[in-house]
Amino acid sequence: MANKPATESIDPATTKMLLEARRAGLETAWDRFNKQQPQCGFGLLGICCRNCNMGPCRIDPFGEGPDKGVCGATADIIVARNLLRMIAAGAAAHADHARDAVIVFKEASEGRARSYQIRDEAKLRALAAEYNISSWGEGGGAADLANALLSDFGRQQGSVMLTHRAPEKRQRIWEKLGIIPRGIDREIVECMHRTNMGVDNDPLHILLQGLRTSIADGWGASMIATEVQDILFGTPSPKRSEANLGVLREDEVNIIVHGHEPILSEMIVEAASDPEMIRLAEKLGAKGINVAGICCTGNEVLMRHGIPVAGNFLQQELAVITGAVEAMVVDVQCVMPSLGSLAACYHTKFISTSPKAEFPGALRMEFSEERAAEMAREIVRTAVENYRNRDKSRVIIPREKSECMVGFSVEAILNALGGSPQPLIDAVVNGSIKGIAAVVGCNNPKVQHDSGHINLVRELIRNNVLVVTTGCNAIACAKAGLLRPEAAAEAGDGLRGVCESLGVPPVLHMGSCVDISRILVVAAAIANRLGVDISDLPVAGAAPEWMSEKAVSIGAYVVASGVYTVLGTVPPVLGSPVVTRILTKDLGDAVGATFAVEPDPFKAARLIIEHIESRRKGLGLKV
Amino acid sequence: MKEILVRPERCMGCRSCEIACAVEHSVSRDLFRALSEMPQKRLYVEHVPEYSLAVPILCRHCEDAPCVAVCPTGALTQDALTGVVRHNRDVCIGCWTCASVCTYGVIGRDRRARVAIKCDRCPELDVPACVSACPTRALIYGVVEDLSEARRAASALKLARGVAASR
Repeated sequence: MANKPATESIDPATTKMLLEARRAGLETAWDRFNKQQPQCGFGLLGICCRNCNMGPCRIDPFGEGPDKGVCGATADIIVARNLLRMIAAGAAAHADHARDAVIVFKEASEGRARSYQIRDEAKLRALAAEYNISSWGEGGGAADLANALLSDFGRQQGSVMLTHRAPEKRQRIWEKLGIIPRGIDREIVECMHRTNMGVDNDPLHILLQGLRTSIADGWGASMIATEVQDILFGTPSPKRSEANLGVLREDEVNIIVHGHEPILSEMIVEAASDPEMIRLAEKLGAKGINVAGICCTGNEVLMRHGIPVAGNFLQQELAVITGAVEAMVVDVQCVMPSLGSLAACYHTKFISTSPKAEFPGALRMEFSEERAAEMAREIVRTAVENYRNRDKSRVIIPREKSECMVGFSVEAILNALGGSPQPLIDAVVNGSIKGIAAVVGCNNPKVQHDSGHINLVRELIRNNVLVVTTGCNAIACAKAGLLRPEAAAEAGDGLRGVCESLGVPPVLHMGSCVDISRILVVAAAIANRLGVDISDLPVAGAAPEWMSEKAVSIGAYVVASGVYTVLGTVPPVLGSPVVTRILTKDLGDAVGATFAVEPDPFKAARLIIEHIESRRKGLGLKV
Repeated sequence: MKEILVRPERCMGCRSCEIACAVEHSVSRDLFRALSEMPQKRLYVEHVPEYSLAVPILCRHCEDAPCVAVCPTGALTQDALTGVVRHNRDVCIGCWTCASVCTYGVIGRDRRARVAIKCDRCPELDVPACVSACPTRALIYGVVEDLSEARRAASALKLARGVAASR
């Protein structure tokens, strides 16, 4: 069962560190994945239910054993309920992240969180206008906006405000299906209620609530997170940086920020450039302080400050195994609980900062809005002082790192296009760009690390499909050199010409996972320009290596928004023929888009290109 | 000679062995693809309500196998070397004589072909699928003498402790 390191990743830095892990006898996610084999068939098919204590129940997928749970739930009901809970959990993660950002914004606008300021005044005013806030007194507007944003979470009636950003036709579809979200928290709560024993037991009815909740995420929670983080920390603009474990430095204090929220990491970036801290580092024999990111916290500071990114999800343990990390500072989401015992094998301090997220073996340095800058300085000081404890004989930093150009917010894309989306639309219309694909999502040891991402993206740009990316796919692309303008050479002639004339890469890094909301905004803008719905556009989505429940919510809102989406790992739904049919077929009639599952990245590219061509045909564009 | 040995005290009743068995006996040998084939399992996790226990029951490939002895068409044969009781579905007439004499009740009925199906100990695998699938190692693939030796050693240790304590 055990794979050889060479087949575990296509990323040479990762392969090297895995050899070191084996040599040192250290366990990684890949080892644990192998120990889990074969994984439970009932779980893989989604046909086990633990929602009440008459169970656990499971359905025999091959028809010999039980065909219903104790309550009478069939495989179709059980699968639908489980899927709804996954969507609720994913949406909850984004909603809670967004709420924290809004609370910091509120505290800042009321003068309590003094470490934070408004960095994008124009965006603040534009968002306030969308929320119908007219009074603009001394700080009053910002505070009013913060309260209005907070009310989106607890709203009981009406609709989540930013759903109005969707094209008119899309909003009508949602209205007709009754899936316009009322309040962000309300939809998540309702999912938990409906899946409680004896409530909602019709697969289609359950899945429609899934779509509604996911829309509350994509056009609500995630969008609010993006907007507020831009207001507080600045809207990203193109900048160059580097990616992969090779960004760690042998002669500097290395601090890794990992997780998903930029609220503390922004402060850490600032504290690490404090001359007093740098002097302290130098006194202890280091040449400086190097901050690097992992996962979406990494993407946030990469997009806004060009802070290098050390790797994506499956590289978090490997970063510690370099022996060169003084502090691994984590907030929330996608942080492996294995990091504590792994860090204990080195001098690395594993520092947990979120009031919500505690880990075994972590040093707790809890964040608060009021003391953010102080906390960040304390964390940086702890890391710097820990440099003394580094065992230089154990340091192994792979040489691999790639240059990348990042920071393509919607504003930055419009800027690159000269202020209007028209040149992009023209390129799509005349066929130099065949279509646009959003390739996003996690890593998953079920897929050879990065191979799902990179093979799909390469295949798409070769076929003149412009790729927009976020999350761990973006980091994979950065490491593979696909985020350099020079990567245009790998694109088909049409896309290559467009990229070269604009000086941009053929793969545009649009940010973290919550920044998939930026992609929705672009899609809506293009649809509005053409006077069509998003589902009419030659666009598609893909998550080749997804693993998180957040990805389930994202996939659902992307499809609910009208974008055909190809998944690279199989979701736990195949135990229900009805749910499988709804997701892959019936949704097409309801929202104009469906899911497909295709583990082979080359076949997935084919599916996406065929879909894009069918949409081009529909718009009367040449194929 | 290796056997599939059962340590019932470790069985959690998860039925992973049953799923793995059915998938291994499908054409695709892939869980997701097998859904459209509806393959059949050849071992059974039996529930014993009196003791709230689950016990995996599977073909013992008996050395003096009654099913082989009674099979009128020669569909059931025993490999002289491995002791595996094999079933040839082309010769089987579905008379169920084998099922009526099987001590363990582990000869099933193929839904479509109307012939017997039974454990073939996964001839193409080094370790049978059910054994690989067991998360608690309630099923093991080993030599019965080794298992007995380990059990003897454990019993001897217990006895020795008692002797030592009474000295």
